Amino acid sequence: MSRPEIEVRGLHKSFGDNEVLRGIDLEIGQGEVVCVIGPSGSGKSTLLRCVNLLEEPTEGQVFVGGTEVTDPDVDIDAVRRRIGMVFQQFNLFPHLSVTENLTLPQRRVLGRDKAAAARIAAENLARVGLSEKADAYPSSLSGGQQQRVAIARALAMGPEVMLFDEPTSALDPELVGDVLAVMRMLAREGMTMMVVTHEMTFAREVADRVVFMDGGVVVEDGSPGRVIGDPQHERTRHFLSRLLDPAMAEVEEETSDQVGKSGE
Amino acid sequence: MTDTDVDLQPKKKGLTRRQKRSLSRGVQYAVFAAAVIAFAVSADWDRLQNQFAQADIAKQMFPDVITLALKNTVLYTLSGFVVGLVLGMVIALMRLSSVGPYRWLAGVYIEIFRGLPALLIFIFVGVAVPLAFPGTEIPGGTYGKVALALGLVSAAYMAETIRAGIQAVPKGQMEAARSLGFSPAKAMVSIIIPQAFRIILPPLTNELVLLFKDSSLVLFLGVTLEERELSKFGRDLASTTANSTPILVAGLCYLLVTVPLSFVVRRMESKAQEAIR
Repeated sequence: MSRPEIEVRGLHKSFGDNEVLRGIDLEIGQGEVVCVIGPSGSGKSTLLRCVNLLEEPTEGQVFVGGTEVTDPDVDIDAVRRRIGMVFQQFNLFPHLSVTENLTLPQRRVLGRDKAAAARIAAENLARVGLSEKADAYPSSLSGGQQQRVAIARALAMGPEVMLFDEPTSALDPELVGDVLAVMRMLAREGMTMMVVTHEMTFAREVADRVVFMDGGVVVEDGSPGRVIGDPQHERTRHFLSRLLDPAMAEVEEETSDQVGKSGE
Repeated sequence: MTDTDVDLQPKKKGLTRRQKRSLSRGVQYAVFAAAVIAFAVSADWDRLQNQFAQADIAKQMFPDVITLALKNTVLYTLSGFVVGLVLGMVIALMRLSSVGPYRWLAGVYIEIFRGLPALLIFIFVGVAVPLAFPGTEIPGGTYGKVALALGLVSAAYMAETIRAGIQAVPKGQMEAARSLGFSPAKAMVSIIIPQAFRIILPPLTNELVLLFKDSSLVLFLGVTLEERELSKFGRDLASTTANSTPILVAGLCYLLVTVPLSFVVRRMESKAQEAIR
């Protein structure tokens, strides 16, 4: 395998006394789709946010496309242009129309001229199937549509890597499919993707690898068939059984090895 | 009512709730009516009209009260507002800065200028500034001085308003902008501040109303005839005519501007409420 597109080495992250990540090592190759799963508070979102330095790691290194993101002297804005990020809460710019959401970053950050930015915006809106909403404002769109616009906005910057932070968790169940379809298309096109998600069907069908995290460490890392289909660790089995059949879960004592809070 | 009902709901003594409510409302109306009547009877309407509502004196104020006095009031207010907005923005950003001394300086500024009467600041600008920096002239003469004084006063309030507005923009907006590659400054200018201003448009307009009234303090700077604004104009004419009608007319001119502005603010606020829903 050639140089990994994303490489995480010995990553630790603490919020005060709360150690959320306790030594993560992870490599994601070019064109690979990796789903990160795990209970809330396991540190998976924090790991994702460390990759584009939205969270500053306490210790360890992160490389994206060969550039060390954690280098204090790195031009972080330049690195972030190569990393697309999609948030749980979409975070579209509410004061801008859909097209402006896509063109403003291109013009302000990449310095593209108006015509080029508009053309690229239109292309990417078409990719996510929302050309007809070009002039709408985010508040008039459904959650699923907003998330697709957010994906198009990230794609318009021409990223080499896409990070997804629970992209469907804030959506009504019937809207999840449209967003997953766009992500599936991206995966087919060969985009390198790191996806924090609870969508097991998506992970099983689309991911090349599934990483199960719990308590701030990677517990299992392997093909979806192995991690989801035939988990080796008790913690993975426990998590999956609760996730796949929540109605069957038993009432249990709260354990203290959960790290982090609901902010995940 | 049957006997069983009486057993279940023992009859209370005195008034029912409905009766109490109508009694309470009746008392409130009665007090209001009594107050209006007392005022109408006790006031000396003839003298009031004589002193405050002389049509010929009011007539002689026009058109100067509009073309000169109101115009100057508006000019003073707008120039003070612009200075205050720019200065307030700088102070708000300093208040949010990661550099300690900036935050500290901004905090001190806000506390001082919010804690002082506007009148003292006008005197300060009129007297202390020329004294402290001899030979320097505030550009724009009286207009410059008023803009500076009103700007200094309003900047303190506006800085706090702007800061609150910036902080009211969800954190995810800054994160989204940064992850698209915006620098902190670019994200602030293109993404955060435009949203903050939508949030603070109503309180900023309120500040404009306050400034509009505070512009009357210009008379403490000493103004030429051409530089008079509504209050000074009204007072001067009141003393030459020995009649208070000009004061009333000047007051109405203020309301001419402030009432529609307040109406606009209320409209914006209710619209913002709708947007949240």
